[in-house]
Amino acid sequence: MTASPDAHTQGGRQLALMILGRIGASVVTLILVALVVFAISSLLPGDAAQEALGQSATPEQIAALRQEMGLDRPAYERFGTWAWGLIGGDAGQSLVANMPVGDIIRERLPNSLILAAITTLVAVPLALGIGIASAMNRDGRLDRALNIATLSMVALPEFLVATLAVLIFSVWLQWLPSIALVPEEAGVAELLKALAMPVAALAIVVMAQMARMTRAAIIDQLDRPYVEMAVLKGLSLRRIILTHVLPNSVGPIFNAVALSLSYLLGGAIIVETIFNYPGLASLMVNAVTSRDMPLLQACAMIFCAAYLALMLIADVAAILANPRLRNQ
Amino acid sequence: MSVGRFLRSLRGLSLAGRIGFGLVLFWVVTALIGPMLAPHPVGAFVDRNVFGGYSSSFPLGSDYLGRDVLSRLLSGARYTIGLGASAAIAACMVGTGLALVAALGSRWTDELLSRFMDTLLSIPSKILALVLIAAFGSSLLLLMVIAAFTYVPGNYRIARALAVNLNQMDFVVAARARGERALHIALSEILPNMIHPLLADFGLRFVFIVLLLSALSFLGLGVQPPAADLGSLVRENISGIVEGAPAILIPALAIATLTVGVNMLIDALPHAGRK
Repeated sequence: MTASPDAHTQGGRQLALMILGRIGASVVTLILVALVVFAISSLLPGDAAQEALGQSATPEQIAALRQEMGLDRPAYERFGTWAWGLIGGDAGQSLVANMPVGDIIRERLPNSLILAAITTLVAVPLALGIGIASAMNRDGRLDRALNIATLSMVALPEFLVATLAVLIFSVWLQWLPSIALVPEEAGVAELLKALAMPVAALAIVVMAQMARMTRAAIIDQLDRPYVEMAVLKGLSLRRIILTHVLPNSVGPIFNAVALSLSYLLGGAIIVETIFNYPGLASLMVNAVTSRDMPLLQACAMIFCAAYLALMLIADVAAILANPRLRNQ
Repeated sequence: MSVGRFLRSLRGLSLAGRIGFGLVLFWVVTALIGPMLAPHPVGAFVDRNVFGGYSSSFPLGSDYLGRDVLSRLLSGARYTIGLGASAAIAACMVGTGLALVAALGSRWTDELLSRFMDTLLSIPSKILALVLIAAFGSSLLLLMVIAAFTYVPGNYRIARALAVNLNQMDFVVAARARGERALHIALSEILPNMIHPLLADFGLRFVFIVLLLSALSFLGLGVQPPAADLGSLVRENISGIVEGAPAILIPALAIATLTVGVNMLIDALPHAGRK
């Protein structure tokens, strides 16, 4: 079957429309998520003015503060102001630090992005390697050992992984410092050394899931007739996997990588706190402790947006990889 | 399920499944009767050493204040398992109940409920839990409600898929033709037929909730002192890590064996069901 060039461009347009549709759906979901976050943190807990002033405040004082904080306006108007501010990068005033939330976040965000980027660079190749090795050795001893190891890793809480990592690398082997304080003028080597522990802990959390999904994606291909054909032709398993199976499973693997990277978000909350890493996640935990709602809301929305973006990438990767999903 | 059938299905389990079942059984029994066996009062300072090692009077050593780790572990396990199980039961009952309403109700109910659940699902569970705790605080009851609320959508999605499928089956159509009421169809036609996958899902929710609650306690946002669950035990003894004290190793090991055990049991279950 040869597709005419006309049909080809039509397919391309269809594909573009489909991807645009997914992006639109993600934006709608993000707005709904913002609504839920705002409802939980601003509308449901009761009157913030009353709480700020305590029980002994007079009704006049409370009314004055309510007006100052904008609490006397209807809920939808408050949500609109808040959401519009977020889009424009103005997330309001932090109640505890008494400075704009945007400034605090601008200071912390790069740290979190560095941590996430290095973790991705370390975890993705390792996880793919483990997944592929496991699939090549299907049902062999190596595969079963890796299966049990990754299954246990998935079931372990992140703080245990991080604590064990500290125990092994900082206490017993004394290779690495256990606190990730990066000096202002740190060189690349110092930076890497300080980041090694958090990155190791995060990478282990993310890798287990990624390796399992990579293995599943490759095994799924191994059961296809074209692989049987290649086996019957007498190709070696290594050659089959590297030149026939891998190109075909790029899409599912990319999907698996994007999905697993979403574990970075939950992991970061624990890891940044354990290692005192000045990132966004530890900022959010502090905001919970001090009940600094504007800061908390902004952090929560950044995490939700990152999560939705990863899901979107995974979704689009699945569409691009599977022509049958495209030409419906 | 009769006892005989239960034992037979146990025999069908793989080795990993049996290990998992053993671990789960051990922890359930510990949560039920453990605190009665505690050698020392939970909050009492009984050892002059802090971070003491294994000894005959303190089998699992002592913690950062010289309290008996074994006694604290037994009570902490009850908090972790009790909170986790009650939150998982609540999440599954609400999720499955709403799923049945969605599957049997009007198209609009289904559409609205599903949209709402999808929105909650696209908020990472830890983020959702943190926002809820900041808004409402973290008493034991609130923690249970928050953990349950966080994991309702996942259960709802699975239960709704099952219920919508079953709703098309001939025996449900026949029941409807007989003139049975919706409540009867939901509870005695559909629900009994989705109980097996739902049980597996319940186990998964339990693991997720235990992980979430331990993580929250570890951050100091979960169970508040003087009560302590397994996550709090790891948190309060974190300084003992330098000496590799049992006070931190044992609670960590407890969480690991609990969650890995449930996971191994669930992993082995579908195979047992297929036989």
